[in-house]
Amino acid sequence: MFPVKELKRSALISLWFAFLTFPIMVIKVNPIERTVDWRWDNMFFIALGSFVISILAKVYLLRKERLSGRKKVIKVVNEPFVHRILREPRFLYPLCLAVLVFAVAFPYFFSTYQTNIMTTALMYVVLGLGLNIVVGVAGLLDLGYVAFYAVGAYSYALLNLHFGMGFWAVLPIGGLFAAFLGILLGFPVLRLRGDYLAIVTLGFGEIIRLILENWNDFSSGPSGIANIPRPSFFGMDMNFESGIIYIYYIVVALVIFTIFVVNRLQDSRLGRAWLALREDEIACQAMGIDKTKTKLIAFSLGAFWAGIVGVIFAAKTTFVNPASFTFLESAIILSIVVLGGMGSIVGVIFGALILILMPEYLRALSEYRMLAFGGILVVMMVFKPDGIISNVRRSYRFKKQSTISE
Amino acid sequence: MHFGLKKKLFVATVALGFAMAIPAAGIAGDTIKLGVAGAQSGDLASYGLPTVKAAELVVEQYNAKGGINGNKVELLIEDDVCKPEVATNTATKLVTDGVDVVLGHICSGATKAALPIYKEAGVIVMSPSATAVDLTKSGDYSNFFRTIAPDDAQAEAMVDFTIGTLGAKKIAVIHDKGDYGKGLAEIAEGLVKASGKAEVALFEGVTPGAVDYTAIVQKIKRTGADAVIFGGYHPEASKIVSMMKKKRMDIPFVSDDGVKDDTFIKVAGDNAEGVYASGPQDNSANPVAIAAIEAHKKAYNEDPGAFFENAYSAALALLNAIEKAGTTDSAAVVKALQTETVATPVGNIHFDAKGDAVGVGFVMYVVKDGKYVVVE
Amino acid sequence: MDYFIELFFGGLTRGSIYALIALGYTMVYGIIGLINFAHGEIYMIGAFTSFIIATVLSIYGFPLLSIVIIAGLAAAVWSSAYGFTVEKLAYRPLRKAPRLAPLISAIGMSIFLQNYVLLAQTSDFLPFPELIPDFPFMEPVAHIVGSSDLVILVTTALVMIGLTFLIKFTKIGKAMRATAQDKTMAVLVGINVDRVISATFVIGSALAAIGGMLIASHIGQINFYIGFIAGIKAFTAAVLGGIGSIPGAVLGSLVLGLTESFATGYVSSDYEDVFAFSLLVLILIFKPSGLLGKAETKKV
Repeated sequence: MFPVKELKRSALISLWFAFLTFPIMVIKVNPIERTVDWRWDNMFFIALGSFVISILAKVYLLRKERLSGRKKVIKVVNEPFVHRILREPRFLYPLCLAVLVFAVAFPYFFSTYQTNIMTTALMYVVLGLGLNIVVGVAGLLDLGYVAFYAVGAYSYALLNLHFGMGFWAVLPIGGLFAAFLGILLGFPVLRLRGDYLAIVTLGFGEIIRLILENWNDFSSGPSGIANIPRPSFFGMDMNFESGIIYIYYIVVALVIFTIFVVNRLQDSRLGRAWLALREDEIACQAMGIDKTKTKLIAFSLGAFWAGIVGVIFAAKTTFVNPASFTFLESAIILSIVVLGGMGSIVGVIFGALILILMPEYLRALSEYRMLAFGGILVVMMVFKPDGIISNVRRSYRFKKQSTISE
Repeated sequence: MHFGLKKKLFVATVALGFAMAIPAAGIAGDTIKLGVAGAQSGDLASYGLPTVKAAELVVEQYNAKGGINGNKVELLIEDDVCKPEVATNTATKLVTDGVDVVLGHICSGATKAALPIYKEAGVIVMSPSATAVDLTKSGDYSNFFRTIAPDDAQAEAMVDFTIGTLGAKKIAVIHDKGDYGKGLAEIAEGLVKASGKAEVALFEGVTPGAVDYTAIVQKIKRTGADAVIFGGYHPEASKIVSMMKKKRMDIPFVSDDGVKDDTFIKVAGDNAEGVYASGPQDNSANPVAIAAIEAHKKAYNEDPGAFFENAYSAALALLNAIEKAGTTDSAAVVKALQTETVATPVGNIHFDAKGDAVGVGFVMYVVKDGKYVVVE
Repeated sequence: MDYFIELFFGGLTRGSIYALIALGYTMVYGIIGLINFAHGEIYMIGAFTSFIIATVLSIYGFPLLSIVIIAGLAAAVWSSAYGFTVEKLAYRPLRKAPRLAPLISAIGMSIFLQNYVLLAQTSDFLPFPELIPDFPFMEPVAHIVGSSDLVILVTTALVMIGLTFLIKFTKIGKAMRATAQDKTMAVLVGINVDRVISATFVIGSALAAIGGMLIASHIGQINFYIGFIAGIKAFTAAVLGGIGSIPGAVLGSLVLGLTESFATGYVSSDYEDVFAFSLLVLILIFKPSGLLGKAETKKV
């Protein structure tokens, strides 16, 4: 039974929210006509809504408590379900194949719009994986990641505009430019720790955007660069629809390539060094790891992916202007990494797909979309702060048969 | 133990698979689908939402009298947040949903990004507010029309007025760094220089949303400019104007269509008095405009917002063209747009070969007793 | 010289504005080490509340002075309530979570609050009633320092003094300092850490609300988006001064305000923010923990 005490608490909570939202929800003034609109019904809804939600939350917590009370023995660090499945070859290969087939067949079963959205989501998968190197693996908080993305996009736009260079030629160049910029930024700021690094990278992102906005002769300023060609397929011209599908396949290939590289990196000597750096800088240095070099490589490698995706972005949108590279974009990419589960490749993929597809499919809610987006971020973090798939490091422990059999 | 590559690949593939299992939508019908695209959330929402309302009103009006040639008009409303990358998704969605014509987009950048997609699909697009010159004059976008005059016409009106009527000799040209404001300001700067009658005392951008504009106002004062031309939207304009009043500066402030909005007067209050702004010719006596505004007040219980009249006109022009053409085929609709004159809140208009509305020009307004009135 | 003085006072006003918001950032950071991205939104809600209350009161014909006092109090009360609630809902459950989780939660909260105000009120810009009249005695210097500049400067100074007093001499201030130094020890000596953290949020939010009211009245307009840029700038200022340090936040804000003002005045407002952020990078390169921040001691 639900205790009466809890009902009373929920009533108090609902009163609090009624008070809290009073000026903003209830009063609407029209300062020109000098009229006041008292929307008392809103207060009622808020009170009712918060009452119900608080009861639901309490029920959830009670149940969780009861469950965890019973299963205390097994509650050691468990590798997430997905990771565990994926270590079993008998699940891995068929599933791998199935998803691959699905990804390849996707454009034939879904509309152009769906393909287009999926392309965007997959681009964010790569961005997330790139940022994951910096934030998730090496533990350097970067709030200006979007700058590298912008560098890639503008590399293609400008090199194409001035020198007529094609997509495939610019693709690696854009990545290299971004990586170079990553090193350039890295040098002065790597002395900084934690949140100081965060604000400097944020500032750096803003500086890049402002330069693009103000330096007209270089970047055409805020009006941007239009008519950027889509990637060509051996010189063939494609219509719009096959163009979208083509870009989709390019991005799918890029995702696979990125996963391959990132995965190899994580298990490499360098990857171990990054992890060590994240856990304890000083101990890491004492082990003889070159701190500066390791950090710089993380920065430039992370930037490299952003640059590549930037080039694809320019080709896909066929238009770039500085408005696409605001701080909010960095925040979203960071959210992907954290929400998905820092350091976990599968997690980041899930994070990107959820965060990018969610607003698209929330379009039905239209104006409540961003409200829901913000709310979901908070709720997700509160209930699963490690992200959807937390990256628990593989560990070995002695398992007693009797405790697992439950 | 090794975490093999193939396993990781598999992981990725699984993740992909889960997310892709989302059904596609798209139903064909006999309705005529009018897409509405623009910023409906985010910081520029106030420029996009009035367009949605205008479209709703026009469609309601058409459907009330039985639709177009017996077909009901259906609205497909999509948000692009005025961001180019979102606009391409929006456009693709509208095209996939089988849209016939599109009212939008609101911002020039988003419009430029979306247009190739519509062009490919043979969809006519009409914007109530995208004023970038190259949208029509470059000839790149044959499917694009607009019910607002392009920036160069507007800049010309502003500069002619500032030099000719106000007799300014030193002009400070200020903009908001945005694609609309800066583009306009650059054209104005060029025109002032070319005129030979006045000089540009200052050409600078202010940061939209910055907490304080004291420094730029002091700078304008120091240059000894005798007029300010501002390219941008009303929030920045009203901040600059009130700061000028606070700093006891009394030189004419000439601005654009983004400022010729009643919200500017509401927000700037007394400080708005005497501000000049260019805008489409006076429609206050136009019966269509009066009816549109009345309908808006009745339906939403408030005054219409920015670009409402342009959006209302665009919706009317699009639906009228479809009605006259008797089909939604784009070539026929284009022809109807160019030949059939339609009575709209912005006047009796048709469109030229490049897509600009004929009969939509700019006149200068001044704020007098809390209202925009045409400068005599 | 006149021009220099004009720019100087302009920068000072701007810096004071940043300071009122930066104090909240720095207090929260000092105690729980969290970048409270939603703080800019608390400031916005403070401004909105004072806008709503002030407009209602002026419609009902209250005299100006009472409007200012009541609207200011209401803004402080409700902003504090929001700060308190946000902490309780979005940050407290995450106290033991990985370092980045509260940051994402804060970003989510910020997006949520923006859209909440957008939906409950309007996306339009609204005229903020002029709460600070032109004082006659300021008229001779009005072209340099206006009445609202004066009020902002004086308020910031008073708030600064009051806050220093609070932190230095009151019981809660002592508890705050103890919590900032070592949370576990603070618990052991009988400090209710949760309450101290709540108090920090409440005080920081109230300051932001007062800032919001003054700035909105100074600029004369308001909409749901004003918190974002002001928040980022104030945060920059807090870091510049050394995040966690209260005098640092004020110094950082003034330095940032003056830099922006002089950059606009003598160079170009196009690159105003580039100057601001470059200054930040430069200072952090030479003083990695900000102007007045204490160097972090590394434990091995």
